[in-house]
Amino acid sequence: MDAFSPIPALAGGLLIGLASAVLWLGNGRITGISGIFGQLLPPARTVVWRLVFLVALVLGTLVTSYLVPGLGVGGPGGEPAQLAAPPASFGISPPIWIGIAGLLTGFGTKIGNGCTSGHGVCGIARLSTRSFVAVGIFFAVAILTVTITGIV
Amino acid sequence: MNIRLPYLATAAVSGTLFGSGLYVSQMVDPLKVLRFLDFTAIPTGGWDPSLAFVIVAAIAVMFVAFRISRGRSTPLFDKQFHEPEFKKIDAPLVAGAALFGIGWGMSGICPGPAISLVAFWPDSLLVFLVALFIGSYAGAFVIPSGHEKRLAMAR
Repeated sequence: MDAFSPIPALAGGLLIGLASAVLWLGNGRITGISGIFGQLLPPARTVVWRLVFLVALVLGTLVTSYLVPGLGVGGPGGEPAQLAAPPASFGISPPIWIGIAGLLTGFGTKIGNGCTSGHGVCGIARLSTRSFVAVGIFFAVAILTVTITGIV
Repeated sequence: MNIRLPYLATAAVSGTLFGSGLYVSQMVDPLKVLRFLDFTAIPTGGWDPSLAFVIVAAIAVMFVAFRISRGRSTPLFDKQFHEPEFKKIDAPLVAGAALFGIGWGMSGICPGPAISLVAFWPDSLLVFLVALFIGSYAGAFVIPSGHEKRLAMAR
C-alpha cells in the first residue's frame, strides 16, 4: 500500500495526540519518545514509568494490528514491515546504513532535546520557539537528505 | 520514585494509545514516511502527504490539552507539570535537529516508530535500536551534564 491514506492518518494522529494529552494531564510529562528512551540509562528515579510506557508502546502497536488488521504493514493482515534499503549508488550494506542512521538519530535527538514527538507534537502545541526551530530544521534536512540520496 | 498505580497506569494507557496511533496512521512503516519526505515526487503526483495529516491532528489534540492544563496547578497524579525550561536557540538544538534530520532522511525512522516496530521486528531493527542507544548515550557526554548546567546554557 503506497497511496495517500488521509482517514487512517487523521485517526492515528488523533490517537497520538490523545496519548500525549493523557500523559500531560495525568502525569505532567511531555510525550517525547527520544527523551523517554534516552534517559533510561543511567537509571534515574523516573526509570519505572519510562519502561512501562515503552513496553505499552510496543504492545499497543501489536494489539491494534490484530484488532484492525491490514491497514498497511505489520500484524496478521499486513505486509511484512521492512526498513529502507540504502541507495545502490552508495555501495553500503543495509545494516551499516541503518546503523549510521540510528547513531545520527540518537545523538541528534539527545543534544537537540527532542524528536518528532517531543518537539514536533508537544513543542509545537506549546508554541515553543525552540521546537518550531528544531522541527523546521529536521524536516528540511530530512527532505534534503531524501532528495540527495535518492533513497525513495 | 513515583510508582503508584494510577501514575504507572497513566503511562501504560498513554504508551498503548501512542503505539496504536503509530500503527493506525502507518507511521510504523519507514517507507511510507520516506514517501512523505520525498518532495521530488510532488510534480509527478507520487507524493504521500499522510504524515502531515498525522502530525497536524496530534498537535490539535495536544494544543487543547495544554490549554486545559493552563487552568490547573498540577496534573492529576504528580505534584507539577514538568514543562521544558529551555528557551534559547542554542548550538546543540540546531546541530542536533540537523543530525537527526540526516538520520531520519536516511531511514524514515524516528524514535517512536523505532520502538513500536519491535512489535513487527523487521530485519536490521536491532542494529537501529542499538545504534540509537549508543548515539543517545554519546550525546549525553557532549551536552553539559547535569540539569543546572544545561539549563544555564539554554534558558
